[in-house]
Amino acid sequence: MVIPAPVIGVVALQGAVSEHMRTLTGLGAEVRRVTRPEHLAGLTGLVLPGGESTAMVRLAAGTGLFPALTDAARAGLPVLGTCAGLILLAREVEDGAALEGFARVPVLDLTARRNAYGAQRESFTARVALRSRRAPGTDPDDGPDAPDREIDAVFIRAPQVTRVGPGVEVLAAHAGCPVLVRQGAVMAAAFHPELTADPAVHRLFLTAAAAQPVH
Amino acid sequence: MTTVAQPLLNTGLAQMLKGGVIMDVVTPEQARIAEAAGAVAVMALERVPADIRAQGGVARMSDPDLIAGIIDAVSIPVMAKARIGHFVEAQVLQTLGVDYIDESEVLSPADFVNHIDKSGFEVPFVCGATNLGEALRRITEGASMIRSKGEAGTGDVSEAMRHIRTITGEIRALAARSEDELFVAAKELQAPYELVARVAREGALPVVMFVAGGIATPADAAMMMQLGADGVFVGSGIFKSGDPEKRARAIVEATTHYDDPDTIARVSRGLGEAMVGITVGELPAPHRLAERGW
Repeated sequence: MVIPAPVIGVVALQGAVSEHMRTLTGLGAEVRRVTRPEHLAGLTGLVLPGGESTAMVRLAAGTGLFPALTDAARAGLPVLGTCAGLILLAREVEDGAALEGFARVPVLDLTARRNAYGAQRESFTARVALRSRRAPGTDPDDGPDAPDREIDAVFIRAPQVTRVGPGVEVLAAHAGCPVLVRQGAVMAAAFHPELTADPAVHRLFLTAAAAQPVH
Repeated sequence: MTTVAQPLLNTGLAQMLKGGVIMDVVTPEQARIAEAAGAVAVMALERVPADIRAQGGVARMSDPDLIAGIIDAVSIPVMAKARIGHFVEAQVLQTLGVDYIDESEVLSPADFVNHIDKSGFEVPFVCGATNLGEALRRITEGASMIRSKGEAGTGDVSEAMRHIRTITGEIRALAARSEDELFVAAKELQAPYELVARVAREGALPVVMFVAGGIATPADAAMMMQLGADGVFVGSGIFKSGDPEKRARAIVEATTHYDDPDTIARVSRGLGEAMVGITVGELPAPHRLAERGW
């Protein structure tokens, strides 16, 4: 029996598109660039990359891409958003005046604060513990689901998750803030797994995506 | 604090700007217009290159009040220019909290021998280059992003064309060399062997490269993207044109959809007057900014 490769779209309006494509290709996925709603057909997963969220919402406006993507995500299409992608997926955004009036993909029940750490000189890297099997609502620091492994996380003018809803699993946290979250088939990172050589976050996404029926 | 992770953070920010347009702005109001048009960053300066050219005199780092006002006005990254070799202007820009420093030939050089040692700064630098050797020397000094120079303030895209074709052509030629030819390649490029060997192996610069200097229309921007640019800087081309808001939006769209002539045609309609411009051939040699940098 041949298992078909996952077909992952990367929203290619602006930002770290090629970095995600390289990581996903390295994990055996077939990767496609997505700029219009018709590009969503046939995908088994989709990535919203890091970049500038203000530029992305404007480039998407008029194409209908984000409303179509919102419908697809609600219907079960697995989505991974990183940094700006997390902002696009957040139900609520603080310091989001420059995004007002533009369609996003607000399927994650959380609040994100843009540029929460400040300017570029406040950007940082940190080791974070990645938990892949945690059930919703459990204490992240005990039980049989001890941290699987640590990864290097790169935070560049990063957003902060300031609230998570009851259905949101926290897969990794740093300094008390969730930095990798999952709700159903939708994952989001405040950091940039596309900038580091370790494909752990992408692998976790593809594993979860493989468990979903084809969209 | 400078750490081993600093280069990754600094080249990483440039990676987040890819596919985008960085716009020169001289007031907070222009910065808001640029953000509203979809710019990925703004370059805060006192005079756009076309005015520096017209007015002459020594061009320096902008007033800190102006830069702080622009930082407060927008949520996207803010860049600002320091003179070539003027490391104290760079220190001032860093303490003001700019996100990127442009060590720029558009300002009057402060040092005709040395560029800034950029490795000692937390804030990343972008530097201009006209050829591969110049780009690699800037990266060696600590630049996290390269900007091909073009000829700023002209609205004439021919020098931008020459520089990106030179840099990408030299990378292709380097990648075709055998390993035992890379030592002399390093000598010819006047750049460290290790960096030269890396570019030969990967067939690409180790940092993001945007194009600058003479981009005035959506078609100019799309052409640079088709030639392999990671993004574009637009200086005088927007706020020296008849309808800056509309032109800014059009250049942003054309940069994303650079391989779609239908989109470029659509956004190019009814933009009003482009900046008047001056052909590079009419510029006397001392006024060619691209020749600054060593």
